[in-house]
Amino acid sequence: MDLTSTFNRNMTVGVVGSGSFGLALANLLAENRDVILYSRRSEVADAINANHEIYGKKLNARVTATSDITEVTSNCTLLFPVVSSLGFRQVIRSMAPTLRPDHIIIHGTKGLDIKFPVQDLTATSTLSRGQISTMSEIVLQESVVKRVGCLGGPNLASEIMQGQPAATVVASRFEEVIHEGQKALRSRRFQVYGSHDVTGIEIAGVLKNVIAIASGALGGLGLGDNARALLISRGMAEMIYIGKTMGADTRAFIGLAGVGDLIATSSSPLSRNYTVGFRLAKGESLDAITKTMTEAAEGINTIKVAKALVNNYKVRAPITEALYRIMYGDMDIKQALQYLMEYP
Amino acid sequence: MSEKTKNKNNKGWMYDELFPDWREWPIAQMGRNRSELVKEVEEYTLKAVHDATNNSRANLNDELAKALYLERVRISQTPWKADKPDEKAFWGSIKKALLKIPPDGVAPEGQDEEAILQRIVERYSDEIAGNFNMSAYNFAKGFTTFGFARLLNSWNVFGMRTLRGQRRELHEKIKLVGAIDDIRNLATKGTVIMVPTHFSNIDSILIGWAIQSIGLPPFVYGAGLNLFGIKLLAFFMNRLGAYKVDRRRKNLIYLETLKAYSTLALRHGSNSLFFPGGTRSRSGAIESKLKLGLLGTAFEAQRLNYIDKPNDKARKIYVVPVVFNYNFVLEAPSLINEHLKRAGQEQYYDENRSGSSSINMFKFIYKFLTVQGEMSISFGKPMDLFGNDVNHEGQSIDRNGRQVDIMRYFITNGVITHDQQREAEYTRMLGDEIVKRYHKENMVYPSHLVAYTAFQIIKKRHKKLDLYSLLRLPEDDHTIEYNEFYETIERMVGVLKQMSAEGKIRLDDDFDRFDTKGIIEEGVRNSGIYHAQRPVKLTKEGTIASEDFNLLYYYHNRLEGYGLNKHI
Repeated sequence: MDLTSTFNRNMTVGVVGSGSFGLALANLLAENRDVILYSRRSEVADAINANHEIYGKKLNARVTATSDITEVTSNCTLLFPVVSSLGFRQVIRSMAPTLRPDHIIIHGTKGLDIKFPVQDLTATSTLSRGQISTMSEIVLQESVVKRVGCLGGPNLASEIMQGQPAATVVASRFEEVIHEGQKALRSRRFQVYGSHDVTGIEIAGVLKNVIAIASGALGGLGLGDNARALLISRGMAEMIYIGKTMGADTRAFIGLAGVGDLIATSSSPLSRNYTVGFRLAKGESLDAITKTMTEAAEGINTIKVAKALVNNYKVRAPITEALYRIMYGDMDIKQALQYLMEYP
Repeated sequence: MSEKTKNKNNKGWMYDELFPDWREWPIAQMGRNRSELVKEVEEYTLKAVHDATNNSRANLNDELAKALYLERVRISQTPWKADKPDEKAFWGSIKKALLKIPPDGVAPEGQDEEAILQRIVERYSDEIAGNFNMSAYNFAKGFTTFGFARLLNSWNVFGMRTLRGQRRELHEKIKLVGAIDDIRNLATKGTVIMVPTHFSNIDSILIGWAIQSIGLPPFVYGAGLNLFGIKLLAFFMNRLGAYKVDRRRKNLIYLETLKAYSTLALRHGSNSLFFPGGTRSRSGAIESKLKLGLLGTAFEAQRLNYIDKPNDKARKIYVVPVVFNYNFVLEAPSLINEHLKRAGQEQYYDENRSGSSSINMFKFIYKFLTVQGEMSISFGKPMDLFGNDVNHEGQSIDRNGRQVDIMRYFITNGVITHDQQREAEYTRMLGDEIVKRYHKENMVYPSHLVAYTAFQIIKKRHKKLDLYSLLRLPEDDHTIEYNEFYETIERMVGVLKQMSAEGKIRLDDDFDRFDTKGIIEEGVRNSGIYHAQRPVKLTKEGTIASEDFNLLYYYHNRLEGYGLNKHI
């Protein structure tokens, strides 16, 4: 094998997915490396290559786009998949034939995967840990890649696009993955922390979306900071209880990827999940909201999975229960609020 | 099992010897060139210690002092028969040498840390290294076969038989099942590591016998130094390729020497044996957490093989999980006692057991002699170090049927690198995979199912009791009506057959041969057959009862971890 021919691969980084976080990530990485950005739509890739701009967002000149996934896998060793959790497994499958054991994959998707359509989950469904895969578990299941990690922390894409200072966590069981992730991402405006607790960081990032929707609902009702602080702190406790059923360690929740991410998404109208809650409180239906959103709000599916976990493991989770009933059941927001205030 | 190799050999073995010329065996070559091997181990260890101490003189000094301290504690607190007589003198001289080094500066060459390290490593390497000897191997081969036949074939005790005849008998008693042909094939292409479960002291002899039965040369394995205190055993183990592992020693220099020996044995192409559970399973359950120490040397050896030949000519290492399946475990009563004590601490009181009265002993021997139970050894499908299947050519194949170049798992930025933390992580992943395979290879006998079902029925009856209260229930509360038992067993057989069809577990062919009633009879008859007190029995009234609830729990544990209790 001619190893020297692979040299270039190690200086170019791949981003898979051209959603708002994918674009932000590509720009961050482009400060240190050449970036190949995959978009499944060729017109998006073409537009980026022609103008270094898409949806009115400027992209660094070091970002090259493609709609051919093998361009990414064969030219880059370090890959960042950032697609919605619903499409994640399929994307990894499409990459699998060209993935090799020396690839490193650090994903930025904050969702969970179950083996059947999420729509099939009802209010009484139960899920056990074994029936749920985190995104890093999908990579291990579907490909030969073992060096897997994830991103966590408050990463509101539009703030990153504006070049505001922010930080992230790269979590992996492999020191090497954390190190490579830091080298590629770190810059004067972007701090990168490391963690070995992949499951903890993944689960913290996933569950906070549920609380973010609830927080948006409070915002939509016009409630103030006392109410939000109440929600965030109780929500945090609930995240930890549910997280434990998934094998997550408490420590992950009190760091940047837990409480840090929770505060950012629960107080910012820039967050998609917050927006869902906000519009629900304004009286829109869930259907109407999802139809008008350009990108998936992960919390909409996560709450179903979380509810099924709660059912199975009998976890005390009033916020999850109430929110589930608002979104998929019989409760309106005012009733839910009353329910929570009177919850023993 | 292929008919080509089976029973062809006129010596009566089931499989032809793969490498009839023993002089070609790597293990024999290691034995012949022992002094060179020891030198090699020394050099390798010195480098490893330098790496571990970051080539810093101060760090090395610390490690030497630590080793000295730990060794002196060991000598005074846990002396063993197998210890060398000059231990005290040796470490005394090391102490003197260390004290001579000026605290602030550099000692003259020959008296510095480096020289002291060399003396220690020399001593360790020589102590650890095995000393394979062919005539001892041949002798032991006959001996184990003969001894085993006596142990397992009671009526042979009373009649004389030729060695050849006994071998045949033995193979009827102990079934060898699983991927034997694949293992034989891969043994001609690379290096094989067997990782068996560990339930009984008999395992290390049994696996030795099984390895020769499938026609493979003897495997290198680490045996506890304490066993070398027994002179006869020491004589054989020394000459059978066993190297010595002293579990009392935890200092860096010793551990690095041990790893060096294992790595180099693999590098020389010697097939190796690790019991990854560390010690016998105390609970009777299949290992779920492995001690991974020496398994890591497989990654070290594989990486070095790839550095030598960065292509598909590199010698590959294959891992074979092996599961011992018994109807009985001779030492079960003491094992489960230890387990309960450890797990429960003060919750558990070991009441005086009446197991050793002479009447019970007689019963014990009688049962021992009339036993008809069988046992089996399941050989799992060989895999590479990363849990991939391997094809006939020894190439790694991923779940989607694509070839995998596993050398790339050692590559960072285009070159093969030594990353200790990465390999530790790979080792952990391999450990998880081995545990998974154990559960698949586990062979269920009717006796296991009977024990599992009986315990779970009683447990379900007393939902509020914790394990320890459950175990102390009076005997009357252990009886189960036959009908209830029958129905549950019937349901469980259905579940197990389904699981077996999905490849999640193995089922003994008794499950095809007998109906539910027959399975219960067979299971009760074979359940813990050697024990003075039976874990499960059929009473005169036709109910199911237990004479020893701890033992019942022990045998029940064998089927833990499959989520079977939801079908009770």
